[in-house]
Amino acid sequence: MTALPTHRRVVRVSRGRVVSGVVAGIAEHLGLSPLVVRLAFVALALADGVGVAMYAVLWLLVPQSAAPVKDSERNLAQLLALAALTVGGFLVLGSTGLFSPALLPLVFAGAGLGLVWRQADEAQRARWRSTGNRRSRLLAVLGGAVLLVLGLTGFLATIGQLGQAREGLLSTVVVVLGLALLTAPWWLRMTADLRAERRERIRSQERAEVAAHVHDSVLQTLAMIRKAADDPREVTRLARTQERELRGWLYAPVPSRELSLAGELEQVAAEVEEAHGVTVEAVVVGDCPASPALLATVAATREALANAARHSGATTVALYAEVTADRVEVFVRDRGCGFDPAAVPADRFGVAQSIVGRMERHGGTAVVRSRPGGGTEVHLEGRRD
Amino acid sequence: MTDRLSVVLVDDHRLFRAGVRSELATRVDVVGEAETVAEAVALVLDRQPDVVLLDVHMPDGGGRAVLAGVGAGAPATRFLALSVSDAAEDVIGVIRAGARGYVTKSISADELADAVRRVADGDAVFSPRLAGFVLDAFSSSPPVPDDAPAADHADLDRLTARERDVLRLIARGYTYKEVAAELFISGKTVETHVSSVLRKLQLSNRRELSRWAADRRLV
Repeated sequence: MTALPTHRRVVRVSRGRVVSGVVAGIAEHLGLSPLVVRLAFVALALADGVGVAMYAVLWLLVPQSAAPVKDSERNLAQLLALAALTVGGFLVLGSTGLFSPALLPLVFAGAGLGLVWRQADEAQRARWRSTGNRRSRLLAVLGGAVLLVLGLTGFLATIGQLGQAREGLLSTVVVVLGLALLTAPWWLRMTADLRAERRERIRSQERAEVAAHVHDSVLQTLAMIRKAADDPREVTRLARTQERELRGWLYAPVPSRELSLAGELEQVAAEVEEAHGVTVEAVVVGDCPASPALLATVAATREALANAARHSGATTVALYAEVTADRVEVFVRDRGCGFDPAAVPADRFGVAQSIVGRMERHGGTAVVRSRPGGGTEVHLEGRRD
Repeated sequence: MTDRLSVVLVDDHRLFRAGVRSELATRVDVVGEAETVAEAVALVLDRQPDVVLLDVHMPDGGGRAVLAGVGAGAPATRFLALSVSDAAEDVIGVIRAGARGYVTKSISADELADAVRRVADGDAVFSPRLAGFVLDAFSSSPPVPDDAPAADHADLDRLTARERDVLRLIARGYTYKEVAAELFISGKTVETHVSSVLRKLQLSNRRELSRWAADRRLV
């Protein structure tokens, strides 16, 4: 916008448009106020209708911009503008004595035509949004067509030419029908081709996205696994990490994952797996927002998992968490060597401070059950607030 | 020891079948392998094995399609779903189609052999994940009293307090034997509770169950 004035095209903008965005687009392109451009068009329109012709041509030729538009704001403004224009036109004609009742049906016909033409714009825009309301558009086209036919019939009726026009109309209808029948296969094939092409494009985009993801994750990991082939622990770790990542990608994550307790616990499980090369079988029942007090439970869970991974000698640690109405219970269990809790000196930092102390500071409890050879289970209970 | 169980492996990954086969070779008779739904149906009908290890996710409909294809054609055969990571919907679909249990592929050889034997005996096999899933899916309804008359239709939608206790321990990684010791009940009673939960899972038609499964993943 600043240093590149070279090849900017005029587009019909949807923001600030009144009818089709031609004037608004030109005003934006020239850097003028839309009001000035509008007045210029009105002046030209009064000069034998040059302005109207120019407007029509511009409407056809100038592409519309792909920016989204808010439906509500523009519909009312447009309607008001058009109504004002019509009433104003009649007033002018009435005061100059040029008014004839035959003009009234023509206005209807014009309105119908405008309605149908507008749908071409709508259809294009709806394709960009890909969420167009098809039914309402179809209704608008039908309504416009009916309005047009009624208006023209009314016009012919008021000037008394209806009877004559009927014969001409009949032959025209026949010719049009014939043309439609003749070209129908081409039209059908064209729309089918268009649709097929769009579908193919969407599919290839998706494929490219999947390929990119697989390349960044799975293929990289496979290469790393090949390099680390003689280190089983590292291979397991790589495979497990990749599995987790891929799974998260395949089964799209819950939206509030970042803030939820279940999300936090699963994250902790993944981190411990990665850091210590064990498998953490995490099962979480229920979920709730992760309040600061519950984050302490999460931190204690991490410590319990890390302890199990470091000291128990087990390759698998089970993590089970259950969220109930008023509290959160977490069990961390391994089938490792176990220890005698009574024999651990009270000043040992890990369990005493990180787990029991932390839970108690936040109004929770922590119980460690273990015996030599029988594995260890840490039971945490945190309050929801 | 009684005579060895006959087992059919159904999985579309050859490597995985080979792995399971070598793990189980000393414990059961692997009498056949299939890698497509059609192959599996034909094989099961032909061999009438004791147990079919069934992959949840395969082309052409997966485990559910195999169960539907076999139908009543192998009345003595039990199915155990085996999977690496699937949407809860698929796993629950296989269970509701008639599988007697669900275990993950990361299960150890001993545990798998044990699970095969239990399924062959007519019991249900729940992995910690599946136990957690059931607890979650049934969590909205209050427990029914333990001594309530069975087979009452509304009770299919709810778990008893004891069933919850059992499932909770399984979700915590306890074996059936450990569950029994923890709750001071017999191993047979644990089996009964788990089988009853499986039945509820298969027969309950609460809408929450399928909706729950649809927007969650079960691994």
